[in-house]
Amino acid sequence: MSEPILAVDHLIMRFGGIVAVNDLSFAAATKEITALIGPNGAGKTTVFNCITGFYRPTGGTLRLMRQGAAEIALERLNDFRISKQAKIARTFQNIRLFPGMTALENLMVAQHNTLMLASGFTFLGLIGAPVYRAAEKRAIDLSKFWLERIGLVDRADDAAGNLPYGDQRRLEIARAMCTEPALLCLDEPAAGLNARESASLSELLLSIRSEQGTSILLIEHDMSVVMEISDHVVVMDYGVKIAEGSPSEVRDDPKVIAAYLGADEEEAIAVMESGA
Amino acid sequence: MRASGIPFILKKALISAAVALVLFSLMIGIRTEAGPTGQLIYWTRFGELFSLVAIVFGGSIVIELARQWLGPSGTRQLIPPSVQNGIARAGQFVAPALLIFALLVPVIFYNQRYILDLSILVLTYVMLGWGLNVVVGLAGLLDLGYVAFYAVGAYSYALLATSFGLSFWVCLPLAGLLASLWGVMLGFPVLRLRGDYLAIVTLAFGEIIRLVIINWQSLTGGPNGVSGIPRPTFFGIPLTPGDDGLAAKLGIAFSPTHRIVFLFYIILALALLTNWVTIRLRRLPIGRAWEALREDEVACRALGINTTTTKLTAFATGAMFGGFAGAFFATRQGFISPESFTFQESALVLAIVVLGGMGSQLGVALASIAMIGGFELFRGLEQYRMLVFGIAMVLLMIWRPRGLIGHRAPTVFLKRAQAISSDLVKEGHG
Repeated sequence: MSEPILAVDHLIMRFGGIVAVNDLSFAAATKEITALIGPNGAGKTTVFNCITGFYRPTGGTLRLMRQGAAEIALERLNDFRISKQAKIARTFQNIRLFPGMTALENLMVAQHNTLMLASGFTFLGLIGAPVYRAAEKRAIDLSKFWLERIGLVDRADDAAGNLPYGDQRRLEIARAMCTEPALLCLDEPAAGLNARESASLSELLLSIRSEQGTSILLIEHDMSVVMEISDHVVVMDYGVKIAEGSPSEVRDDPKVIAAYLGADEEEAIAVMESGA
Repeated sequence: MRASGIPFILKKALISAAVALVLFSLMIGIRTEAGPTGQLIYWTRFGELFSLVAIVFGGSIVIELARQWLGPSGTRQLIPPSVQNGIARAGQFVAPALLIFALLVPVIFYNQRYILDLSILVLTYVMLGWGLNVVVGLAGLLDLGYVAFYAVGAYSYALLATSFGLSFWVCLPLAGLLASLWGVMLGFPVLRLRGDYLAIVTLAFGEIIRLVIINWQSLTGGPNGVSGIPRPTFFGIPLTPGDDGLAAKLGIAFSPTHRIVFLFYIILALALLTNWVTIRLRRLPIGRAWEALREDEVACRALGINTTTTKLTAFATGAMFGGFAGAFFATRQGFISPESFTFQESALVLAIVVLGGMGSQLGVALASIAMIGGFELFRGLEQYRMLVFGIAMVLLMIWRPRGLIGHRAPTVFLKRAQAISSDLVKEGHG
């Protein structure tokens, strides 16, 4: 395992009396794909919301260690600063595009902070300064690059809400990538996709890792995707980590199988042995 | 699925007639009046009552038949997509035509003071509508207290001009600045609020400003208002009949109409400035962030957009234009009092924005003409004016539920800008 980009240490998240995440520790490696899996209600999305600043953790630390940058304590940042300063981008379980804006506009909004700076906080942009126009052109080029990557360049001027479901999923990933993140967090990117779309998604994620060098952390239920692309898998159940390792290690772990089948560990072992 | 056939139509008509009977039985069926000695006398008017119910019955059948012939379910089908696209295409020519017409209004109607005054009024509301459109139409923040900024602008100019003798052109930016400052002041407490709650707080804000103006007598003159507000000058040259007036300097005969025409062009220029800035802003990152905020606030935060400052700039920008319009209002009237800044004004401006199609600049302009001009047009109908006006608005909302111009134009495109159907565009949630 290479240098970690994200280190989660003893993360605790409580909602009143409910402990959604209890003493969770794991690390995501730089330029690797880390998958966070577990049955429904295991607390995966809560972990995501803590990492991306939507929740403030009750306890524990979340450290982001980018190469060539100072370490950032994510639990102290909140809201938009996670994306702006820590360079963490995320997608959502239920797609959250801007449906009334075109695919291109969606990608342009993602480059807000870069463009805002270039437009001199609107004032230079208002008078049409060449600095801003050049920056806008670069932003359009970057958007176009990503639209080509996800195969949607022909539909750039269509409303995002009019795109088919699979395209919307990919567009959301492209939008997150337009913020030029160091860590990309994907919440169930393959949900609702058919086998062919899942395969093209896997391809896209692998190419993002190899070409952009972006580290990826993903929550996923589609085991074919997880097993195919992950370098490292963390398994959660009832808010705690129950296993961790390479995809093949995790796949054969009786605790993991027990959690997914909802059975005792002994029973799971029995099932495995009889199956083998 | 919608049922059809004669029994269905008859049933529907009967229900409508029954509702009409219940509603009108007291309103129309019985007439009461105070008799000569003060006692209550009443008589029945069953003839009128039954003729009304019959009209409702017949009308219901006609409407239902028309509906079934024109298409399966209702309103959306009434205007086919081809016609809607045609309207959108015609819109490209409507805007320049309107602009040319607006520039020529003082020439065409030079001798008709009434039309000139009405045009100035319409343009004031166009400007207010465009200003509020930034907040409501683009950023999706429902603001029911917009009149507060109008009042701040008006009082800023009135007080600065009467106390310190500052000219209109110096006060105009100051009025805008002060109004936008108040916009930020309003923005801070309401940042966390959404939807209905936001609407209520902005409504209260509008009332607070008005009540402060009424009660702070030493500064604002209270209910008596501020009078003797100086008229605008043409770069320092007043438009008066004297020797130093503009007419004398130009060597032409003085006419009071000069001032009206001058005011007309001021408000036209201010409105066009508002329009130009808004169109420009929409294509800048801040404008796109406003629209993104209207579409999905959570996604904005995930993309690193500071939603706090984005909302505040929307409030401040909208308020600034309201302040400009207020300063103009003060200089046009020469007298202002709190009565001019009631909730009704906020509601009217909001109605213009909603009717025009939220976010559409042309729509707002058309809606102002329809609302203010239409209201004047129906003046001949006397006491039925409000009724006819109300019916017209209801019909318009049935046919075009997302406003006159329901399409959203993209701010940037790769190949071809195509209008986005209003079904996809969100209204914002506070």
